[in-house]
Amino acid sequence: MQYQAPTRLDDVAALLASAGGHGRVMAGGTDLLARFAGGMPRPAVLVDIKRVAELMVIEQDSDGGFTVGAGVCGAAINENAILRQAWPGVTEAMDLIGSVQIQGRASLGGNLCNASPAADSVPALIAAGASCRILGSRGERTLAVADVIHSPGKTCLGTDEFIVSFYLPPRPARSADAYLRLIPRSEMDIAVAGAAVNLTLDDEGVVVSASVALGAVSPVPLLVPRAADVMLGTRLDNDVMVQLKSVVSASCRPINDKRGTIDYRNHVAGVLAVRAALIAGQRATAKERA
Amino acid sequence: MKQHICTHINGEAAEFLCDPGDTLLQVLRDNLQLTGTKEGCGSGDCGACSVMLDDRLVCSCLVLAVEAQHHQIGTVEGLATGDRLHPLQQAFLDHAALQCGICTPGFLVAAKALLDHNPSPTESEVRFWIAGNLCRCTGYDKIVRAILAAAENMRDSHAGAQS
Amino acid sequence: MKHATKKPLRSVGTRPVRPDGIDKVTGRALFSADFNLPDALHGAVLRSPFAHARILSIDTTRALALAGVKAVVTASDMPAIPDDKVMINAQPPDFRDMSANILAREKVLYEGHAIAAVAAKDAETANRALQLIDIEYEVLPHVIDVQQAMEPGAPLLHENLITKGINPAPVQASNIASRHEQVHGDVELGFAQADIILTEEFTTQPVHQGYIEPHACLARVASDGQTEIWCSSQGQFMVRAYCARLLDMPLSQIRVMPLEIGGGFGGKTTVYLEPLAVLLSRKSGLPVKMQMSRADVFRATGPAPGSYISMKIGARKDGTLVAAQGILCYQAGAFAGSPVRLGCMTAFAPYDIANVKLIGYDIVVNRPKSAAYRAPGAPMASFAAESLIDMLAQRLDMDPIDLRIRNAAREGTRTAYGPSFKEIGYLETLEAARAHPHYAAPLGKNQGRGVASGFWFNIGGQSSAALTLNEDGTVMVATGNPDIGGSRASMALMAAEVLQIDVSQVRPQIVDTSSIAYSDLTGGSRVTFAVGMAVIQAASDMVVKLQERAATLWDVSVEHVRWQDGCAVTDVEGREERLSLAALAAQTAKTGGPIAAHVSLNAQGAGPGFGTHICDVEVDPDTGRVTVLRYTAVQDVGKAVHPSYVEGQLQGGAAQGIGWALNEAYMYDENGAQLNPGFLDYRVPVASDLPMIDTVLVEVPNPRHPFGVRGVGEVPIIPPLGAVANAVSRASGVRHVDLPMSPPAVLKAIQRAARRRR
Repeated sequence: MQYQAPTRLDDVAALLASAGGHGRVMAGGTDLLARFAGGMPRPAVLVDIKRVAELMVIEQDSDGGFTVGAGVCGAAINENAILRQAWPGVTEAMDLIGSVQIQGRASLGGNLCNASPAADSVPALIAAGASCRILGSRGERTLAVADVIHSPGKTCLGTDEFIVSFYLPPRPARSADAYLRLIPRSEMDIAVAGAAVNLTLDDEGVVVSASVALGAVSPVPLLVPRAADVMLGTRLDNDVMVQLKSVVSASCRPINDKRGTIDYRNHVAGVLAVRAALIAGQRATAKERA
Repeated sequence: MKQHICTHINGEAAEFLCDPGDTLLQVLRDNLQLTGTKEGCGSGDCGACSVMLDDRLVCSCLVLAVEAQHHQIGTVEGLATGDRLHPLQQAFLDHAALQCGICTPGFLVAAKALLDHNPSPTESEVRFWIAGNLCRCTGYDKIVRAILAAAENMRDSHAGAQS
Repeated sequence: MKHATKKPLRSVGTRPVRPDGIDKVTGRALFSADFNLPDALHGAVLRSPFAHARILSIDTTRALALAGVKAVVTASDMPAIPDDKVMINAQPPDFRDMSANILAREKVLYEGHAIAAVAAKDAETANRALQLIDIEYEVLPHVIDVQQAMEPGAPLLHENLITKGINPAPVQASNIASRHEQVHGDVELGFAQADIILTEEFTTQPVHQGYIEPHACLARVASDGQTEIWCSSQGQFMVRAYCARLLDMPLSQIRVMPLEIGGGFGGKTTVYLEPLAVLLSRKSGLPVKMQMSRADVFRATGPAPGSYISMKIGARKDGTLVAAQGILCYQAGAFAGSPVRLGCMTAFAPYDIANVKLIGYDIVVNRPKSAAYRAPGAPMASFAAESLIDMLAQRLDMDPIDLRIRNAAREGTRTAYGPSFKEIGYLETLEAARAHPHYAAPLGKNQGRGVASGFWFNIGGQSSAALTLNEDGTVMVATGNPDIGGSRASMALMAAEVLQIDVSQVRPQIVDTSSIAYSDLTGGSRVTFAVGMAVIQAASDMVVKLQERAATLWDVSVEHVRWQDGCAVTDVEGREERLSLAALAAQTAKTGGPIAAHVSLNAQGAGPGFGTHICDVEVDPDTGRVTVLRYTAVQDVGKAVHPSYVEGQLQGGAAQGIGWALNEAYMYDENGAQLNPGFLDYRVPVASDLPMIDTVLVEVPNPRHPFGVRGVGEVPIIPPLGAVANAVSRASGVRHVDLPMSPPAVLKAIQRAARRRR
């Protein structure tokens, strides 16, 4: 295995292109190196993107949108108070991944490109309507995060492509998101199920925009428009929450595996979606007061 | 082909040769004989190999040694100053916060990162911060108490130094 | 010796910094994987991908031909164990099984079973060589579950295994290795007297000891056969004895250097890698270092057995227990030898019950051979018994501690397994638990409080200690037992106590097998008690010698010399004369030469230990997640030599028991391969899972130890399974009888109960 740590965006694309499918991008390496240790064959060329400046910055645009470099580690994301204030769900989802040690390395780009159904940050990004800037040897394109993961372990990125950054759109007033997951312990586990809810309320407290995304309950993280529709035009009252729970549970397509059963995942995804919706609602309301 | 890496370990310039696939943990232990950093799992799940990479706490089993090029590495061997223990090391001794001791270096490095970042953590903040460090002997009780006590000592001596 | 406990103690009971502390907080301490020799080869092990298969052939030709490969060994390199060498003094372990576990012979019996080992110039070459070993397998049907393994027609692990303990012996082979029956009184009669009879079935999963240090060793064999082994284990003499027996070598040829041990909990009371490293070093002529990966540790070293237990208790309306009966089936793993007998013995030991009948079955299954884990066999049996007692308390609407007090074993109580208890402190633990503020604290919604007790025999055993007086008056204390949780500190404190000197003047050392006489391994909660006895005896012998030397210097009769405050003291014409330890040490040339005392003994009279734990939990009724809110461990410790490390034993044991109760379990796929051989999905408790673990050290002295010491290490892992289960059951309003109580399991039980209520 050859190790390369370029400093320019173009060099990353060129290295990947010349590796002809035998290249691999490494950001924090927390998934990749654990897999190497477990016996996964190593790529011919490993491209470490952490020395490329564009991949390592968080910037807020004048309109309030955020650009987050694909290689920025979780700890840095959560140290950014403005980003945390604007996107509490996205940042808490990132923060839930692994230990403090993992947070010192793991990135949004890695979490997405690892393409695990259970990735914590991905449902939150999807619910947030985030997109990503993708660069390849033949130019660049923008994709919604929701469209990146193709199947478990597979993205729709070309072998010469990599993610430069994520874009989180500007926030209307009274907007907030939340992410919750269920794990057996209090830390260190992979999600058995996860739910992200992103809401905007009007000044009456009525939901005017909503999105719900789920993790670990289908082959790829799932956007559930039907669940969002349930909340539109409501104040998240009890009967709405009961309906949300059943819509979410019915939308899941999980599997039985070592981390959970189909029945359990269906049930818990509904519970988590309700709790996340209530938290997002409270946060949006609190923002108004603040 | 071996690569030549220049880095700083515990403040001292250090260089080594390694294969691109070698982890930082392997190089610290096997090439540099810094065996205070322990391997408990090799997959980032136990924290025994915790080190500082610049200002970030990381598992050295999940860092490639080649990544250390021109970065700063901090290990348990760098905590004490000469024969003066770091307040955390002293607190671990005073509070009997170790039994077998294999996880201790990782806990110390992690705890120092916590106190550098948050000098007045609550019990809950300590527990969540060290959740990536497994200890099978102590039930964590005395470790948490030692970290809280060290934090208090360090705050007191800091306040003393300022007054 | 009983008088000693009445004297005020100056060192025993204090909390000095442990002697090995600095080494362990600075990273200097050498654990098993930290020891290197410059020319050492890298050893690696080939492991079975199948849960059960016949090995038709092994061809190592291609592996040996790879450049850099220096040696390959297979089972054919391991000597066959003759019938008269299968056991030592007819006691387990079974060395033929151990040999076949270290390298599979005709069959592989679990996924991860070692088949061959390679030594090569580096790890990469060694691993490449493993892939070049050609093996033909005939894959056989496997069995993982203990109940399925007992069924007729189940795949047989050992085609000629005839169940022991059944008369007449069965003619057909089965997976039931042995049957153990324990009868006390007459259960039929007992149940006839009962007003209430409760019956329940319980299951528990295998759990790993989870020590953070994987197994590792380095062996060097000289051309004359002299063998050195550096490793961590729970007993350097165990490693020596086992390697000698397995490799047919005289003990005198093997020297084992103990390195620091990064946790054992019973799991390092056997050998896995050491014989392989010796064989590889012998073949290659070079030192060989071997290390297990975490996955190897999970797949190939011993968990505590899983169990299926069916149990029944009978009581009168006033709560008096009159009968208990049960069947305990334990998973031995691939070879016979689960501690089911100990489960039968300990289950109801805390109680005075006239009629008890327990039958234990030791079952082989296609899982790694089980190994000792802290109070081997007791926690799962206690979980069943303590759950039933809690159910009885609920049925009678009685306080669960009051119910236990009513039935508590006391001095003179005849145990169901035979002997009568002498001085024990069980009642005192119950009273302390009842009086603890925790027990009266209010509980909120979805919260519950559980109580459970536990018993462990504690053991003594063969132990050696050597005290040496240094020329400056300081003292060396050498023992042959690895220090797992602070025993160096206890040894130093006890020596200091007898010598009446400051503990800082005493330096304890754990020495190799050539430097001291034999000691049984570290385990069974025996070291502070039994090795401590040897230290105390040696220190006492040294005091006698010092008095004699002082008498020589003073030219008085030794009867006129007493030992006080670390000095020999005599009265000369009404005036007190003193000779300090340093003064006596400086003058040994004049008094007969260096002063040392070496004591080897077989310690008897270990006092049984009892503990009572209180656990508060909150159950999330929508997800089944359990949060432990508060935990208190009360235990009769006899006398705490270093109270901090005694508390540490209680806290650590409680945490392990909580893990066992809530989330730890092995998971297998349909082919019998382990799905979770790592700390990611084998979920030991992390710091944020636990509250502070409050401890209460009850000290009912063991009169057969000079300072009243009882073993403390095993007891604390026994009550948590019951305490957590009782708390979860009370919080959720539904009885939980299967461990672990993971979120899906708890939710399922809650939902099932809700459906029943509708």
